[in-house]
Amino acid sequence: MKIVTDNKVVQKEVKRNRSVPDKSGHFGKYGGKFIPETLMPALDELEREYLIAKNDTKFNEELQYYLKEYVGRPSPLYFAKRLTEKLKGPKIYFKREDLNHTGAHKINNTLGQVLLAMRMGKKRIIAETGAGQHGVATATAAAMFGLTCDVYMGEEDMRRQALNLFKMRLLGANVVPVRTGSRTLKDATNEALRDWMSSVRDTHYIIGSVVGPHPYPMMVRDFQTVIGRETREQILKVENRLPDWIIACVGGGSNAIGIFYPFIEDAEVKLIGVEAGGLGFDVGQHAASLSKGEKGILHGSLSYVLQDSDGQTSQVHSISAGLDYPGVGPEHSYLKDEKRAEYVSVTDDEAVEAFNLCARLEGIIPALESAHAIAYTMKFALSVDKDKIMVINISGSGDKDSSEVARKMGMDL
Amino acid sequence: MNRIDKKFNELRVKNEPAFIPFITAGDPSLEVTKSLVIEFDKKGADLIELGIPYSDPIADGPVIQSSYYRALKGGVKVADILELVKEIRSTSEIPIVSMISHSILYRHGCERFIKSAVQVGLDGATIPDLPIEEAQNIIDIGNQEGFRIVCFIAPTTTDRRMEMIVEKSQGFLYYIAVVGITGVRNTLSGDLAENIQKIRRKTGLPVALGFGISNREQAKMAGKIADGVIVGSAIMSEIEKFGKQDGSVLVENVGRFVGDLVKSSKGRV
Repeated sequence: MKIVTDNKVVQKEVKRNRSVPDKSGHFGKYGGKFIPETLMPALDELEREYLIAKNDTKFNEELQYYLKEYVGRPSPLYFAKRLTEKLKGPKIYFKREDLNHTGAHKINNTLGQVLLAMRMGKKRIIAETGAGQHGVATATAAAMFGLTCDVYMGEEDMRRQALNLFKMRLLGANVVPVRTGSRTLKDATNEALRDWMSSVRDTHYIIGSVVGPHPYPMMVRDFQTVIGRETREQILKVENRLPDWIIACVGGGSNAIGIFYPFIEDAEVKLIGVEAGGLGFDVGQHAASLSKGEKGILHGSLSYVLQDSDGQTSQVHSISAGLDYPGVGPEHSYLKDEKRAEYVSVTDDEAVEAFNLCARLEGIIPALESAHAIAYTMKFALSVDKDKIMVINISGSGDKDSSEVARKMGMDL
Repeated sequence: MNRIDKKFNELRVKNEPAFIPFITAGDPSLEVTKSLVIEFDKKGADLIELGIPYSDPIADGPVIQSSYYRALKGGVKVADILELVKEIRSTSEIPIVSMISHSILYRHGCERFIKSAVQVGLDGATIPDLPIEEAQNIIDIGNQEGFRIVCFIAPTTTDRRMEMIVEKSQGFLYYIAVVGITGVRNTLSGDLAENIQKIRRKTGLPVALGFGISNREQAKMAGKIADGVIVGSAIMSEIEKFGKQDGSVLVENVGRFVGDLVKSSKGRV
């Protein structure tokens, strides 16, 4: 292992301070709070309580305790030796969020928000879910603390993610089928917001990604930055320098911002978000909001959105239920415009190929979401020198996707 | 003078509340929407709240949501709705307030939308997903163009927020009668009268009550305590009921339903 003292690591302190969002929840022009008046007082209260909790040692110690003892953090940073050899390019590391309890990064956020909900005296939790990972993580945290939990899930996703549906029910959550619109994540989010409109006085809504009105994009980011903080520490320990690239999939964008954020001020670390290219770039065939969307408002914040010229949300598609969403977190829109991060996309087929390859080469079955990040790396790494380092965020495990992929391969489990 | 202001001035002299039916533009068709507005005017409605369909409304319950889906499925565009208002203006001067999601407004450009809206004879807008903190720019444009931005107050609104809202709202205030989404309900909260009084102590603007008002009894009660009574989902349910029938049958039946609500809200029954 080469030991070099890299000046760039030390330079971190002197780089310009990017402090977003501002006090009103804007990341540059993006973000904000575009939500009915009924919910505004609850968002104000949530922001107030969160900012107090964030600086409260006791709150942080409690969260740390559960992240370590219950989730199993820190998650490993694993050198993917055979994938590296196969691609004959840079050294590839996997950040193993799939090894967290419940099998994805989502639990980092739900534990934080459930602790916060209890501080605010809320007895009931609601959530939306696409792939079901956030639903399972929410149901898990709610079960552990004895809170009532309702999860909204689109009917189409209930079909695609039957295993997670069953898990949520095992965990004591009530799963509410959503039959409006495209019956996927977007519509589940609408329904959860509508529930919250009526239940806001005793219910906390745990949004699963860095989307929604302020303070959610900031708060969910903060709870997910544990991924990037650990990665930074781990890579410095092994390589004695920062990585050249960090690659993560982007649906709403919580795993990506979680691993990006602690590196934002390190200009030498390039950040790449991989969106769902689905079946191609015709309208309704993909979910690449940053690559193909327009500035618009969806679910309470201004960001890139896939919509038509009249402002109606477009239909989207991805093989991965977790990426099947027409919007994206406002901070990603900001990072795109600032050119601090680059956003690309891969197709359904490329993701499935990466899913298979990763299983065979590394003995790791990644979530179809994370397989998008691997798929892009497989293309990109071919042109990169061997002395470079890449970290891929393996945001979740592919157990939930096995039957969907089997179906696609013509098998019925 | 803006038609909304003029109407509320007249009603104040008569000591009468305004009755404000909500309808979705384009459900079941723009042609029927036009006939309904004219019919409601004849039946004594004072203002019209015209819903501009949006694919992802957050503040709306299942009835208005599905009316939006039906209208969008029929291919209705914002430009068609503005054209509809223009056509209505050749026969009726009833004040029309659009209900428009900020998603749509942002996409069209606030200034561009308001300018074309004023041109066709639209008098104002309610924007259910635009809180007061983000509304200043639009209110400024509205003031310039004589277009009223009507703001919402909810039962959850704090005193501090209420003061900001009453100061900025134009035309009238929309008081949300329930903690929740739009929709038909059997009962209304008991402390409504008190909450409306609280708002009146802060402003001379008329206060209209909406969300959950579904029948004649509730309209009568609302008419006693507020300056305006807004009924949406109950009317849209009627429209849905007659949606497959001939347009004239629909207009006659829904018109009768609205006529009854007008009388109840004004205490004439």
